[in-house]
Amino acid sequence: MNIQKANKRLTFMLVCGVIFMFGFCYMLVPLYELICKKEGINGKSARSVTTAAPGMKIDYSRTIKVDFITVLHHDIRFKFIPLHRRIDIHPGETKLVYFFAENQTGNEMTVQAIPSITPTDAARFLKKTECFCFTQQFFARGQKADMPVYFFIDPAISKDIKEVTLSYTLFDARGFEKKQAHFTKGRINL
Amino acid sequence: MTEAIIHTHAAADHFDAHHGPEKGFKRWLFTTNHKDIGTLYLLFSLVMLFIGGLMALVIRAELFEPGKVLIDPEFFNQMTTMHGLIMVFGVIMPAMAGLANWMIPLMIGAPDMALPRLNNWSFWLLPFAFCLLMSTLIMSGPAPDFGWTFYAPLSTTYGPKSTDFFIFSVHMMGASSIMAALNIVVTIFNMRAPGMTWGKLPLFVWSWLVTGFLLLAVMPVLAGCVTMMLMDRHFHTSFFNAAGGGDPLLFQHVFWFFGHPEVYILILPGFGIISEVVSTFSRKRLFGYKFMVAATVLIAFIGLIVWMHHMFTTGAPITAQLYFMYATMLVAIPTGIKIFNWLATLFKGSITFETPMLFALGFLVMFTIGGFSGVMLSLVPADYQYRDSYFVVAHFHYVLVSGSLFAIFAAIYYWLPKWTGRMYSERLGQIHFWLSVIGMNLAFLPMHFLGLAGMPRRIPDYPLQFTDFNQLCTIGAFIFGMAQLVFLYIILKECVSHTKPDVSNQVWEGAKGLEWTLPSPPPYHTFETAPIVP
Repeated sequence: MNIQKANKRLTFMLVCGVIFMFGFCYMLVPLYELICKKEGINGKSARSVTTAAPGMKIDYSRTIKVDFITVLHHDIRFKFIPLHRRIDIHPGETKLVYFFAENQTGNEMTVQAIPSITPTDAARFLKKTECFCFTQQFFARGQKADMPVYFFIDPAISKDIKEVTLSYTLFDARGFEKKQAHFTKGRINL
Repeated sequence: MTEAIIHTHAAADHFDAHHGPEKGFKRWLFTTNHKDIGTLYLLFSLVMLFIGGLMALVIRAELFEPGKVLIDPEFFNQMTTMHGLIMVFGVIMPAMAGLANWMIPLMIGAPDMALPRLNNWSFWLLPFAFCLLMSTLIMSGPAPDFGWTFYAPLSTTYGPKSTDFFIFSVHMMGASSIMAALNIVVTIFNMRAPGMTWGKLPLFVWSWLVTGFLLLAVMPVLAGCVTMMLMDRHFHTSFFNAAGGGDPLLFQHVFWFFGHPEVYILILPGFGIISEVVSTFSRKRLFGYKFMVAATVLIAFIGLIVWMHHMFTTGAPITAQLYFMYATMLVAIPTGIKIFNWLATLFKGSITFETPMLFALGFLVMFTIGGFSGVMLSLVPADYQYRDSYFVVAHFHYVLVSGSLFAIFAAIYYWLPKWTGRMYSERLGQIHFWLSVIGMNLAFLPMHFLGLAGMPRRIPDYPLQFTDFNQLCTIGAFIFGMAQLVFLYIILKECVSHTKPDVSNQVWEGAKGLEWTLPSPPPYHTFETAPIVP
């Protein structure tokens, strides 16, 4: 039965294709991370450490306004505000800003801040050397803390961009705890 | 019914004489016969059409007046979700699969599908999948209520408990579609009669071959997508949960990577049907056969790389938006080739207007309208305005109702005399067509203007100024619904009637192809010895 053999062969090949596509679906996950990080889309690049290039010069001729926004995800009972609503920064200059958070849930909490930067074309130029959003933050019951962000804006940023908004959304990360120290560097527990 | 015919065949090919259909219920449960399975698919799709249609009427009844609460908003959301899921996965896809099962072996001169047992399984998964899905409506707690696109986190973090039933039923539908596609592709590759070269393959078969490959490529992605949802919901992963390092936007990428090719899966077999019908009733060969095939392949290929046009307002970078805008507009070129080739086929043909031809012409006009609103939606700046408005609802109903569904109607009227051996009532068929056209346009044309005026979709209420158009939509929807009762009557009458077969093998004067060389109705087993295609 030649035709049955041919049918089996083709079916086998197509099933392999189906299995590959199922795997491809999962491959989209790291692929998406990679592309977002590379292109600085969607705040992904703002979630990991960068170091300033050694030869970077401060461009005093330009000033960019940076707004800070905080959002609480869902109904998590936290107070979460930036200590400065807005600062002016020259491209190439490193600044330190603090965000204040207070745990009002009455329980221990682990939270994770997720950054987002607009306009999207500015996202990959806003770089952080240190940020409370790189790790999860642990809060004891009623604990308050000031959490730091060191950042600079790459002078390669388009000259058209005069304003950048950096927004953090605070998520309840209970159930997703990572193994790490409870208190990270630079955080001031009040 | 056709004892004589079966016996003449049996004489030529003695070992199928004791091989007729089993009696009663078992025939349908255990059948591996492509005609039986095709019939099952089509009947299933017919039942689901009425269930999904009823839900559409519930939606339209709620929207008849502003401020009215016929059903509460929570139930409204469940209705829109279920209506979408049932119409896409329960009506259009099974109907196309049923037509493929019935017609592909007859058109390529094969005795049956290549993998008949798999065929049985792929059908029988469907009723169970949909029972599971619809059982959520009678559970305590809401049925799936996040829209047919089930965006995370609506369906993950905030999804009702019944979401798990939804996930499992999508797995089953996906498995069913993958198996059906597998079967169709293998059949077309290996079971063609001698002489049925690629260049002679009827366009319906060609378009199903391309659709089969599309299904095989993207259905596993849908399965993966709902599996990720399941894992997020119960196994503590966070693919789509930002708190755990995931990204809800990823869901949209994965979903639309499946979802956009899916819309071509729904329409491509329809293109094949229209090609057959237009050429038959124009009594001309199809104009530009090679271009038609190439256009089908091209549409499928472009369809795989344009998914992000569903996501223009998610904060995508401008270069991505531009690329996806241009790539999307590119789809209009092969589609345009198809439309113009159909028009060229009509040109100077001896056209007659039987019901299948009416549906095909209705398709040509109204699918083109749907295509144009698609081009409008592909423009990034315009899309910012139109997105998630009734304009989108109008667009996809024009391509799915007057596109895919009209193509299915055309196919059923076209091949029904071949299947049953009896001519349907032409008068009733025409009534069905005209009521459908009037109902469909009355229901969906005003939605364009509602959308442009700013009425958002998936909302159970609207401001006062939208009342008139919404009432027109509702009246149109009910006319369209009533028209389908005529269709139901025609089909039932054909199926239960015991009158003698009254049509010739040829059925339609201008029809060409292997299926028209067989008796009407064809015997249970056909082409056991392969025909030689000249």
